[in-house]
Amino acid sequence: MKILVPLKRVPDPDTKIRIKPDGPGIELDGVKFAVNPFDAIALEEALRIEEKLGEMEVVVVSIGGEECVEQLRVGLAMGADRALLVKTSESLDSLAVAKVLAAVYRREKPDFVLMGKQAIDDDSNQAGQMLAAMLGVGQATFVSKLELIENNTKARCGRETDAGIETITVRLPAVLTTDLRLNEPRYVSLPGIMKAKKKPLEEMTPADLGVAATSRTKIFKLESPPKRKAGVRVKTVDELVDKLKNEAKVI
Amino acid sequence: MATILVIAEHDDGQLKLATLSAVAFAKRVIAEAGGTFDILVIGDGVDLVAEALRSYGAASVLAAERPELKSPLADKHAHVIAEAARQRGSTLIVGAASTFSKDILPRGAALLDAGMLSDVVDVTCDGDDFVFRRILFAGNAIATVKLEGAVKFLTVRAAAFAPPPKGAELSRVEKLTVDAGSLPDFIVCEGREAKVAGRPDSTEARVVVSGGRAIKNAEDFERLIGGLADALGGAVGSSRALVDAGITPNSLQIGQTGKIVAPEVYFAIGMSGAIQHLAGMKDTKVIVAINKDPDAPIFEVADFGLVGDAYQVVPELIERLRN
Ligand SMILES: Cc1cc2nc3c(=O)[nH]c(=O)nc-3n(C[C@H](O)[C@H](O)[C@H](O)COP(=O)(O)OP(=O)(O)OC[C@H]3O[C@@H](n4cnc5c(N)ncnc54)[C@H](O)[C@@H]3O)c2cc1C
Ligand SMILES: Nc1ncnc2c1ncn2[C@@H]1O[C@H](COP(=O)(O)O)[C@@H](O)[C@H]1O
Repeated sequence: MKILVPLKRVPDPDTKIRIKPDGPGIELDGVKFAVNPFDAIALEEALRIEEKLGEMEVVVVSIGGEECVEQLRVGLAMGADRALLVKTSESLDSLAVAKVLAAVYRREKPDFVLMGKQAIDDDSNQAGQMLAAMLGVGQATFVSKLELIENNTKARCGRETDAGIETITVRLPAVLTTDLRLNEPRYVSLPGIMKAKKKPLEEMTPADLGVAATSRTKIFKLESPPKRKAGVRVKTVDELVDKLKNEAKVI
Repeated sequence: MATILVIAEHDDGQLKLATLSAVAFAKRVIAEAGGTFDILVIGDGVDLVAEALRSYGAASVLAAERPELKSPLADKHAHVIAEAARQRGSTLIVGAASTFSKDILPRGAALLDAGMLSDVVDVTCDGDDFVFRRILFAGNAIATVKLEGAVKFLTVRAAAFAPPPKGAELSRVEKLTVDAGSLPDFIVCEGREAKVAGRPDSTEARVVVSGGRAIKNAEDFERLIGGLADALGGAVGSSRALVDAGITPNSLQIGQTGKIVAPEVYFAIGMSGAIQHLAGMKDTKVIVAINKDPDAPIFEVADFGLVGDAYQVVPELIERLRN
């Protein structure tokens, strides 16, 4: 069995991003980068499946500049067996990412893809669903519980929906996207880092894979949202109720 | 000129109000750019939903009905959406930003090789060209974007597009024929968690009372957060901390990766105000924060802040509101 896990390089969720004054982008100076948290969860789940089934391969792939090697190394240190970097200097939207991933999929022929539900920088929440459509396979999004059944030919998934947990079974191959509650990703260990250095990391371009990776989304302005001004402190419950009733008139 | 397809969302035959925000978006585009819109309802037994959507000015309400379409499974639903968009020549396909749309619309977009924008909060028309604004980076940035391609998929934030008033004229209801043999069959629904009846959904309520890590267990959550919500006729919500701790179900999580709400009043009780949480409630009209730490970041965005212990303040507040 082989599982493909895409890893996106994103600003660490704990850093506060600053918008560049001159052009659509964020300040990169001093920003710490990390593996997209949902992708780390996807990798953790793939590794747990590998530990359970043995005789398996977990392949991580990142699309972006040379700097994505950093996140691929983290993936290898966590326990992935092999890494692929699809090198591009363009910033790609989810449709373009899905096209690249579809090409990687055709090359690697994994049994399924486990990936994040959303990249925490663009917050699009699209690439997995698009990839599934392009491959003509099933999907399970927002997965918080995963179990392989029927001789690993199907996945039974608990999905987090607005209405509560939904349970579906999806035939493999498929694309599964992770939600926060699926697991807690392991930390990278020192022996893990040492081992990662010897693991294969292959670089290629979209052209090598036979895809044109161009983004249809053109961002031409990035702004900070209007700031809420801090309001007033009230001392007592009575004062609070009075303000809500008579000043804000909302209750 | 735009030919828009609005994807209706319903809960087993019960219209989800957020659908009307997508309708409002369509009406706004048409007012500026000209054109028409259709509304597509998919399911099994959707007469009432279709009927409820007739008074908003759609050219037609399309009903795609089949027993296989009862559960909102992405493979089948995306197929039907792509088929309807092809038949109608739709150029903009839009749904409300919800887990339903997020699951299904990107799949439909890829079937038509169309790009997609999530969480759109504004649109202007520059001739036949659309300029959108959308939220990203956990609500810390607003992007002004264009999307290339003849067909575009979008989800819109309910808070940004107020439901339109009903009109006197009724749209025609049309059946959209679905060839059962062509429906993909990758996914089977085994069941859904029973809904907790009673309180309104946080995305639809005027008042949302939300609890954070300060709340120690499910009983306390029900007594304090639920109690205050009931005293105000509101909905309940929570931070991720409580969902992770198993104190609240995932459907209560508000934030970057949970629900986005924008009620009249939001009570943030015993939560710090992490950016990921703020991303889900920052557009609220009035934010009330109750926290025992006077330096908690939540106070920086609150209109009214009360420093105090939730276990003491909230029962007092409930008591005061009941009288
Ligand atoms: C990728 C990612 C996505 C995320 N998505 C979300 C999301 O969608 N939604 C979300 O909410 N979080 C999300 N988070 C988590 C977020 O970063 C915070 O960890 C979380 O919101 C903190 O919850 P909290 O405020 O309840 O807890 P804490 O940050 O622990 O705050 C608890 C607060 O309660 C106060 N307090 C304690 N006891 C009392 C008392 N007795 N009375 C009054 N006050 C008291 C404390 O002073 C403190 O301010 C996400 C994180 C990541 C990395
Ligand atoms: N540049 C990238 N490299 C690798 N994976 C990516 C990239 N962009 C997106 N993904 C994957 O697609 C998921 C959804 O991304 P998005 O549609 O941008 O929210 C992410 O969680 C990743 O798993």
